[in-house]
Amino acid sequence: MNKLLELLSRNAEFTTAQLATMLGQSEDEVKKQIADYKEQGIIKGSTTLINWDKVPEAGVMALIELKVTPKAETGFDDIARIVMSYDNVESVYLAASSRYDLIAMVKGSTIQEIAEFVSKRLSTLDNVIGTATSFVLTHYKSGGVSFYDSDEDREQRSMIL
Amino acid sequence: MDYTKLLNQRLTGLKPSGIRRFFDIANEMDHVISLSIGEPDFTTPWHVRQEGIETLRKGQTWYSPNRGFEELRKQISNYYARRFNVEYDPDQEILVSVGGSEAIDLCIRALVQEGDEVLIPQPAFVCYEPMTIMAGGTPVIIETKAEDAFRLTAEQLEAAITPRTKLLILPFPNNPTGAVMRREHLEAIAKVIEKHDILVLSDEIYGELTYGKERHVSFADIPHMKERTIVVSGFSKAYAMTGWRLGYALGPEPVISQMLKLHQYAIMSAPTTAQYAAIEALKHGDNDIEHMREEYDMRRRLIVDEFGRMGMTCFEPEGAFYVFPSIQVSGMTSEDFCEKLIYAQRVAIVPGTAFGDCGEGFARVSYSYSLKHIQEALVRIEKFLNEKHSEG
Repeated sequence: MNKLLELLSRNAEFTTAQLATMLGQSEDEVKKQIADYKEQGIIKGSTTLINWDKVPEAGVMALIELKVTPKAETGFDDIARIVMSYDNVESVYLAASSRYDLIAMVKGSTIQEIAEFVSKRLSTLDNVIGTATSFVLTHYKSGGVSFYDSDEDREQRSMIL
Repeated sequence: MDYTKLLNQRLTGLKPSGIRRFFDIANEMDHVISLSIGEPDFTTPWHVRQEGIETLRKGQTWYSPNRGFEELRKQISNYYARRFNVEYDPDQEILVSVGGSEAIDLCIRALVQEGDEVLIPQPAFVCYEPMTIMAGGTPVIIETKAEDAFRLTAEQLEAAITPRTKLLILPFPNNPTGAVMRREHLEAIAKVIEKHDILVLSDEIYGELTYGKERHVSFADIPHMKERTIVVSGFSKAYAMTGWRLGYALGPEPVISQMLKLHQYAIMSAPTTAQYAAIEALKHGDNDIEHMREEYDMRRRLIVDEFGRMGMTCFEPEGAFYVFPSIQVSGMTSEDFCEKLIYAQRVAIVPGTAFGDCGEGFARVSYSYSLKHIQEALVRIEKFLNEKHSEG
């Protein structure tokens, strides 16, 4: 795997100087590669990983599976585009699953709000023939980062000499 | 009851290890960031753990042969030939031990008698000196220098050899300095060794962790040195298997067979589950080593660079997972520096003096921690230096 991308996906806050040092390249090379990746649409931006579970009244999240009849010309793309156009939809994936085709992560302030969104906006779309909604109860890990404070995250190594 | 008279005076006279003091202080405090631990932060690769679990499930829980399982010795033999170009006979020249540490102890006890001198380059891992003393030998310290990239030089070696010299310890890649001996440096050492009738204990536990183009060269790979060398290594550092407690010694049959005798009486055999897991590691673990090595290398580059920027000159370590920056810019002693650092900024590192008196002016910083953890520690160290600086 590409090491620069791997480092950036782990932590977007590395400076280009630090990245260059770690990769044994010049800072200019790193800057150029990052610019190229942006240009090619490989790097799409960076956001902050927030553990919303710890934010009071942050709302709820749901994973919504959609069974879709693909269109002759555009397959699943058209319907995916409609789903992703809603601001409360965080991510949309096309899945290789026998039960569902599209998976969307949706945010809302209440369970009712999400339920309403699914029944009024998603289920009613042409080509959507079924939905299944799972509400997220606890966020354990996101973006490769553990959100779960357990004993396992603490230092378990001992000083032996 | 007064135990003083009853206890072994040689043992009570040994100094306790200086590495752990700051770790103990750190354990008592909250929000401490430690860069003091000397073991991989990786967990043992999953396929290796799985093999251990599988043999437990099957109930393969008996003692192993004293030397270690034959299959494991064969795999170790293949591995050393494959990675370091030295061939050992699995039946006679390999002994599986409880970590590299046991093999070091066995080797020293198998060779050293009352009054024998053992040459120990320092800074070095802390066990050679006490083990030598317990065997009745006399440790003779050779101080390696930052200007020599902490390598042992032929001149230093020649100057330290006396008619009583029995053994040279060669602890490279080195803990705590990260120094490595390249082929040409080992060849120079070999020339001196050849002139004298002495043996070499080459502690190659960090042999898989070298950075840059050149790989670790085993001292046994230097012409005529195999017959004079006992190589000690193990699974802890290469495969992140510290807790499994498994190492080995490779060497001439007459030495290994005596080490085996000691091992038989004192230990009997190395842990069975660990040996099964180790066979899996040797068979299918080369990629794991590479993955961990690359990760350490990124951290190493970052940490060396940052220390340089802070004015803590740092010899560029080429092996192991430690950096050994000079703390002279602070004007403090190593102990003082580490103590003030932990109280002021809650960062735990180990004073260089824990690895020998010549470690004065340095500190050992381990990078077997996540990049995130290392970055935070570096920010705090810099803050500490700036505050000290402004205090004047």
